[in-house]
Formats: sequence, structure tokens, C-alpha cells
Amino acid sequence: MSNTDLKVKVWRGTQEGEFIEYLVPRNPNQTVLDVVTYIQRKLDPTLSYRFACRVGMCGSCAMTVNGVARWTCRTHVSQIVKGDSLEIAPLNNLPVIKDLATDMREFFDKWKGAVGFFKGDKTRHDDFAKVEPESTQRQLANAGIECIGCGVCYSSCEVVQSRPNYLGPAALNRAWTLTNDVRDVQQLDRLRAVAGDEGCHACHTQGSCTERCPKKIEPTASIAGLKKLVARAAVRGSKWGKL
Amino acid sequence: MSQGVLQAKLWYAQRISAMVLGLCVSIHLLIIFYAIRGGLTAEEILGRTQGNVPFAIFYEIFVLACFVHAPIGLANILEETFSRGFISRLLPWVLAALILVLGSTAVVGVYTGGNV
Repeated sequence: MSNTDLKVKVWRGTQEGEFIEYLVPRNPNQTVLDVVTYIQRKLDPTLSYRFACRVGMCGSCAMTVNGVARWTCRTHVSQIVKGDSLEIAPLNNLPVIKDLATDMREFFDKWKGAVGFFKGDKTRHDDFAKVEPESTQRQLANAGIECIGCGVCYSSCEVVQSRPNYLGPAALNRAWTLTNDVRDVQQLDRLRAVAGDEGCHACHTQGSCTERCPKKIEPTASIAGLKKLVARAAVRGSKWGKL
Repeated sequence: MSQGVLQAKLWYAQRISAMVLGLCVSIHLLIIFYAIRGGLTAEEILGRTQGNVPFAIFYEIFVLACFVHAPIGLANILEETFSRGFISRLLPWVLAALILVLGSTAVVGVYTGGNV
């Protein structure tokens, strides 16, 4: 072992398992994904993990590094290393398939559950919808639209941890961007889907999602927007009707 | 009414009652500072509150805001901590009744000075 080696503890197993320590040479500008890749290619080819683009576009390489959910491809070891140690685990709040790969089905099913998908009523024969870039709704949608579904917010959310049925920050953020999409035609269904203690009203506004989001999106603000919109729709009605 | 819509309405009621409470607590604190200027005896305080209609209305609004706000919060805490069940539904209603009865009794008491 050279004195520049990193001591990397990596989760091995499924829900049950243990941390195994590997020694990985330190390199300049090394990312956590580089470390995991080194282990898999040079030390133990049975290590399972997930990645694709390596440049922060795909959202598939998120893991829990030193206790915090992050994109491993955009996290330099030098930013987070404690002494010479790293601890790499799969994302929290999701079932572990093997080692560092989690089962994301539940996460994406909740997007669907929150009616987090677009549905319009125009056909190819209709004219384009005209949405003013400066309009309030377009601006509100813009604030949350860049989510790539990496699961960092979901994994960081204390409410997801205590309430497994809670839709979670990513799904609710997506629902919020769609409530601000003037072309969408399933607004009441969406408001019903995100109402209540499995939806936006369960959020404790602790803000871990906002703090950890690698895209600097603020799901907490989106959820606050949904809370107001849904509650008003339930009590006074909305432009789409009453809940 | 679906569970979600009920939750949304309760959230709205709690939010509005929180706004009322924020105002009431501020006024309440100012009243305390004002009331203790000349001493803090029961006679002093009852002397000011007896027959004072705006005082009674203000404090009854305070009681009503607590009546709405606190039980919803308690219900949420109980449901999140122990899951939804008979106790988590019953206790908030008990708390609501206690706040309403004890609070209103106190308002009537200081308004009349105990001479009903």
C-alpha cells in the first residue's frame, strides 16, 4: 500500500450485506465513479453498479457517498474525502438489487402515480401551442423542468423514509411543472393524485431534496406550490374545476 | 370526499388558523406587557377585563383558532408516529373539545369576573 492509497469501503450484498474495504490509488481529478470503476475493473469484477454517461446527463450513477446521496460522476474525491477514507453505499429508500445498484421501479412508478406525464389534446393537424417564454406559468415550469430522475432527492427525503407510500420530491416536482403546462389536459386528476398525506401535504419542508439536488432544482418550492394549489382547489375550486 | 381532498382541506384550515394565531399571539404578548405595568394581581387584571367586549371577542377568536389548529397538528403527529387508527382519530377530537370548552370558559370567566 502506498501512502496515497484511498481506503474505500463499498457495500456488498443486497438488503443484507456488509462493507468491504478496498485500496484504490489516488489520482488527480479522480471522481467517485472512477474509484468504483477501478475497483470493478482491477480488484473485484463481481462488483455491481450502474452508470452510463459519466458527465452528469443521465442520472444513473447516484450513490450514497460518505452518508450523502450524490452523483458519483460529478463528485471529485478531493471534495468529500475524509482523511483517506470513502464509504460508498447504494441510494437510501430504494430496494438494493446488488451492491451499489438499486431497484428504481418504485421511484418511477410514483412519477406515474403523481400523474407526472404529459397529455395534450392537440393533433398534428393543429397549430403549435403558443407559450410565452416570459409568462408566469412557463417560468414556474422552467424552475423544475431540468430534473433527470437520478433519485438523489428521493434517497435524501426523511418523509419517504418514514412513509413508504409518500410520492417523493421528484414525482411531486414533475407534477408541479405539469400543473404549469398550459397544454396539459389532466390537471384535476393530477391534483387529486398529489393531494393528502401520500402526496404534497406530507412534506415537512425539511429541504434535504433542495439541498442535495445536483441540478439545483428546488422540489421543496414545487411541493409548496402544489400544497397551495391543491388546497385552494379543494376549498374554493380552481380554473380546472373543484376537487 | 376522498382522503386526499380531506387532508388538503385540513391543511388549508390549519394554514389559515396559523395566520390568525400569529396575529393573536403578537397581540396577546403586547397585552401582557401592557397588563403588568401596574402590578400583577388578579384584581388588577379582572378590573380591566370585566365587561370588556372587544377583549372577550379577541380571546374567543384566539380560542377558536387554537381549536382548529392544534387538533389537526396532533392528528398529523399521531398518524405519522403510530399510523392511522382509533386512538389517532379520537385524541384530536378530545383535544379539540378541551380547548373549546376550557378556553371559552376562561374567556367567560375573565369577562364576567366569575359572577355569572
